[in-house]
Amino acid sequence: MDTFLQLTLSGLTNGMVYALVAVGFVVIYKASDVINFAQGELLLFGAYLCFAFVGQFGLPWSLGVLLTMLSAAAVGLVIERTVLRPLIGEPVISMIMVTIGLSSVLKALVNGIWGPRPRAFPAFLPSGEVQIGSAIVGADRLLTIVVAAVLLGLLSLFFKTTREGIAMRAIADDQQAALSMGIRIPRVLAIAWALAAVSASIGGILLANIVGVGGEISIVGLKVFPVVILGGLDSIPGAVVGGAIIGLLEVYTGGYIGHGLNLIVPYIVLILVLMVRPYGLFGKEIIERV
Amino acid sequence: MRSGVFFSDYQGDMQLRRLPLEKLRLGLFLAALCVFPFFADTYWLTLANQIAIATIGALGLNVLVGYTGQISLGQGAFMAIGAYSSGIFAARFDIPFFLSIPIACLITAAIGVFFGLPSLRLKGLYLAIATLAAQQIVEWVITHWTGLTGGTEALVVPSPRLFGVRLNRDFNFYWISVGLALLVALFVANLFRSRVGRAMVAVRDQDIAASALGVDVFRTKLVAFATSSFLVGLSGALIAHYRGIVTWERFTLETSITYLAMIIIGGLGTVSGSFFGAAFLTLLPALITTVGRDLQTSAPGIAAVLPFVQQGVFGLVVILFLVLEPEGLAKLWRNVKDYFRTWPFSY
Repeated sequence: MDTFLQLTLSGLTNGMVYALVAVGFVVIYKASDVINFAQGELLLFGAYLCFAFVGQFGLPWSLGVLLTMLSAAAVGLVIERTVLRPLIGEPVISMIMVTIGLSSVLKALVNGIWGPRPRAFPAFLPSGEVQIGSAIVGADRLLTIVVAAVLLGLLSLFFKTTREGIAMRAIADDQQAALSMGIRIPRVLAIAWALAAVSASIGGILLANIVGVGGEISIVGLKVFPVVILGGLDSIPGAVVGGAIIGLLEVYTGGYIGHGLNLIVPYIVLILVLMVRPYGLFGKEIIERV
Repeated sequence: MRSGVFFSDYQGDMQLRRLPLEKLRLGLFLAALCVFPFFADTYWLTLANQIAIATIGALGLNVLVGYTGQISLGQGAFMAIGAYSSGIFAARFDIPFFLSIPIACLITAAIGVFFGLPSLRLKGLYLAIATLAAQQIVEWVITHWTGLTGGTEALVVPSPRLFGVRLNRDFNFYWISVGLALLVALFVANLFRSRVGRAMVAVRDQDIAASALGVDVFRTKLVAFATSSFLVGLSGALIAHYRGIVTWERFTLETSITYLAMIIIGGLGTVSGSFFGAAFLTLLPALITTVGRDLQTSAPGIAAVLPFVQQGVFGLVVILFLVLEPEGLAKLWRNVKDYFRTWPFSY
């Protein structure tokens, strides 16, 4: 029972990080039909930025995180303006490849600036232990889940209530109709990229707080695919639920079955979902009749 | 003065090389290929072998991605299957390389068809994600099925020999790899003049229209998957015999991405583009390494950042090509040719 609780908690922690990264992915996909292979590198970049602000420049936490979010948003804006906008209307493969090129550049940038060696991250969440029932779990993990859940809640509020959020949903629904209602699509696409970069960098900060910063945390970028396919490529609640399920599934297989199967389980789920229900749990079903 | 290309019979119009100049250029290129190994040193021979093998792989990927429009991120996995099956047949069952390579190609083709099955339902980016998963699963199977592949240990492949001559020396292997690359290029060029190849192009351009015209879309896709993975398996098997060892690190997702970049930089759906892309992305890292080594004396710290420079330049090149010249090097080369065809009176 203790193991179960501990596994559940650590699975949910990973799952919430996946969800944060996946939400950014879904936002971009919904707004522009681009699948973003650089999402993991945005997370990496965000984590390292925060590391630089807090660990290297010695800024206080609140300021460091705020600056990280601002710079991540700027990075997102720059990427959208310089790389994605010239490619509007190009075939899918160009879009995929350009984000892959982007991920390569970001990774090189991070390695070039901070070196390839993993570093300890200055902890900001209290790392004490909390007793739940008979199990002892890390407080930082609990707090990570709480912080991520609050952020995801704020994001969904953003989509429901703000002008920009509603514009984004309108574009996802029908680009032409949105255009004729006076919504400026380039502006919304820019916001989508900024938002994706910010949510990925927060995911990065939360993850780095637990495991430290290092190149390998960008692997989360690949885990995003099982998450969004399971949840539905165009569904934000789907990204959250999918993130939680994939995170839990990983730690359960790792904890109870082993043999390194946890590395592969997300992708097996991905293939199965694609075979049976390609639009995922919450995605919009697109029917094409010939 | 020539004002255009005109033919009065179909035979002339359907030739692979139509103009005398084109034939001359091809002849010169072939002659250069024959003369090259007698003047080149080992370094350049190694690069030539790598380019030839990469060209075969890029041609295979181009059949699937460039001509049929099925995006695959599983290139590394298929190369791994080709390399490991040929290596295992040669190392464990003592089968000579000229048999183990074709067997490996057939195995890769069969597995390629299996992974092509989802393309019945999936399109575009869904297929890309599915092949991404396939890549991860194949990688995992290779590193965990220790009994068959040796897991993370390198699989040692015996040197290919023919009549007592060791073939995996750079000079000897050159003739095999370049000869096969030329054969494959000829095959691919001819494939897309045939009914099957045209059907693939039709599926890429508009699958619904293609099926309305009587093309069996699913069958065409599977044939494309089989042809493509056959060629990709060939390039994997050649790597195994050329290097003498097979390790899984050479066939990761990064490999898939590199090959996709090759055909995009070279030019999607062109034979010459596959060669240009393969040559470009083989020579670029080599060039960066050479420059880095030359700078070593003046800037001692440069060796440490070299891998990241390569990574960053790779990403930048991909982005720049996509933004500035989406049709790749093949298009640039065509522009040069068009310019000189009517030179100096271009108007």
